Amino acid sequence: MTLFPAVVEAHLAVLLIVVPLIAAPLCSLLRRESLAWIFAAAVSVVCLALAVAILGQVMANGPIAYEMGGWASPWGIEFRIDRLNAFVLVIVSAIAAVVMWYAHGSVRAEIGGDQQPHYYTLYLLCLTGLLGVTATGDAFNLFVFLEISSLSSYVLISLGAGRDRRALTAAFTYLVMGTIGATFYVIGIGLLYMVTGTLNMADLAVRLAPLADNTTVLAGFAFIMVGLSLKLALFPLHLWLPNAYTYAPSAVTAFLAATATKVAVYVLLRFLFTVFGTDYLFEELTLNGFLLPLAVIAMFIPSLVAIFQTNIKRMLAYSSVAQLGYMVLGLSFASITGVTATVIHLFNHAVTKGGLFMALGAVLLRTGGVSLQNMAGLGRQMPLTMAAFVVGGFSLIGVPTTVGFISKWYLILAALEDGRWPIAFLILASSLLAVIYIWRVVEVAYFQPALEGRKIEEAPLSYLIPTWLLIGASLYFGVDATYTLEVAGSAAAHLMGNGG
Amino acid sequence: MTEVMSHFNYLVVVVLMMIGFYIVISGSNLVKKVVGLSIFQVSVFLLYISMGKIIGGTAPILDDRFTVYSNPLPHVLILTAIVVGVATTALAGALIVRINEAYGSIEEDEIYRQDGDA
Repeated sequence: MTLFPAVVEAHLAVLLIVVPLIAAPLCSLLRRESLAWIFAAAVSVVCLALAVAILGQVMANGPIAYEMGGWASPWGIEFRIDRLNAFVLVIVSAIAAVVMWYAHGSVRAEIGGDQQPHYYTLYLLCLTGLLGVTATGDAFNLFVFLEISSLSSYVLISLGAGRDRRALTAAFTYLVMGTIGATFYVIGIGLLYMVTGTLNMADLAVRLAPLADNTTVLAGFAFIMVGLSLKLALFPLHLWLPNAYTYAPSAVTAFLAATATKVAVYVLLRFLFTVFGTDYLFEELTLNGFLLPLAVIAMFIPSLVAIFQTNIKRMLAYSSVAQLGYMVLGLSFASITGVTATVIHLFNHAVTKGGLFMALGAVLLRTGGVSLQNMAGLGRQMPLTMAAFVVGGFSLIGVPTTVGFISKWYLILAALEDGRWPIAFLILASSLLAVIYIWRVVEVAYFQPALEGRKIEEAPLSYLIPTWLLIGASLYFGVDATYTLEVAGSAAAHLMGNGG
Repeated sequence: MTEVMSHFNYLVVVVLMMIGFYIVISGSNLVKKVVGLSIFQVSVFLLYISMGKIIGGTAPILDDRFTVYSNPLPHVLILTAIVVGVATTALAGALIVRINEAYGSIEEDEIYRQDGDA
């Protein structure tokens, strides 16, 4: 199956990055917000088509290695796309395309004024960065794309300042933390370059194999791990995330929550399993002795904190930190089942959280706030929005027929396979915490009377359709997970095959 | 002593890095935080530049008279990183201007105090 002519088909990997990169500055030239929106929406749909074509190509013919400008690979920059990053590319571009539909109404309501074209410009830049991070096979090039996506997301978050000035301080804190994370990553890459003289990930993997116990390499590894953990908000380094997600405009939160941290998890997977390889890290250094407790703490403490939040957006942000704990838990087993669980949870959590934040955006539009009191009686006043929220909530808990169940199932399988039944028990116990925080919202929305004299309509279709697209996906892939499991499973097998 | 002197650049890198990092953590003035962040980033530039430099090496020019070259790649990488650093500092500066407009202060404690009351 070929979506595009042969010329395009040969350059898919680079077009996926170049199209949004060139579109972003063009978008800022369009002064009318609806023009900018139509343009950006068209670009994001093109990106999705390109990403789907790449996944098709990779599934059919194996990994794509694209040499930038024709420079051969250890010297030039290479884009290397195997099943894992092809899958992540599709996740990112699909979420981007869906959120773009949602953005039109939500950006007009929450940002407004002449800043709207800038929003679309930054959105496309952020998309470029995220897709670039995922596609590239060059460690330094990854840093550049990481900073493109981070810098644009700082600005996107600060656009929430029109509603709440705390968006500015949240963006500033994220900027400081994000820059420290990125700089740590650069230090790590520098140390690896000192020893190996290469920046190409595949080449690094070959040259690092005999150097596993070299002190410089280990120091480099530590810097890269800490830097990436900051970017992905792994538990003790998550402090930037709750404020950033709470005060950003709804469309930005939905987009970032579903993509930015997922891409960071992908980079972590890539470095752990492709570049460094599992043998030394997990057997000699017993890295899982470090990652596993962190992941388990991340499953519990942020969930506990989430229970006590009255701002629902902040509650979901803490829940994101907990869900990232599940992803790190999966990969810390260093088994094919464990990595499959991580990869499939990347997808599952992206659709669930994206949908939940969009539903909250609709609540914000109609009630003017996202605190618990605002939700009173909404179950009857905004039935479709709240139904979406409840289904998304079920998926966070892991109720069967939702995608959350598939993720938890594979996580527990991986834990049992590893002979760690207490961990399997802890996964179930932490799901109970999710029951509590989702139930608080359900109780207020369905069992409390609406505030007196408050007339609230259902959200407009421009909100409902994208929300239900993602929530529908979380139901569909919860019932029939054949395709996602096939991609995630083969990506994990490929990844482990390379590393081990 | 020669051991120390031969790694002089790297010592400077470590000292600068710690100074920058300390300012970011301890400073309560947002501008000072950004200054610390810049120092922290610059120390990494120095790390890269040092590793590419060979004493007595020249720029990599194809000519019979030169035989010892410095490695240009880390230097080029750092050119990119400098651009990223400039963009980060500029963006941080812009955010601080907005924060000052919104709060009338760029002191962290003052900003938190105002939000605590709000």
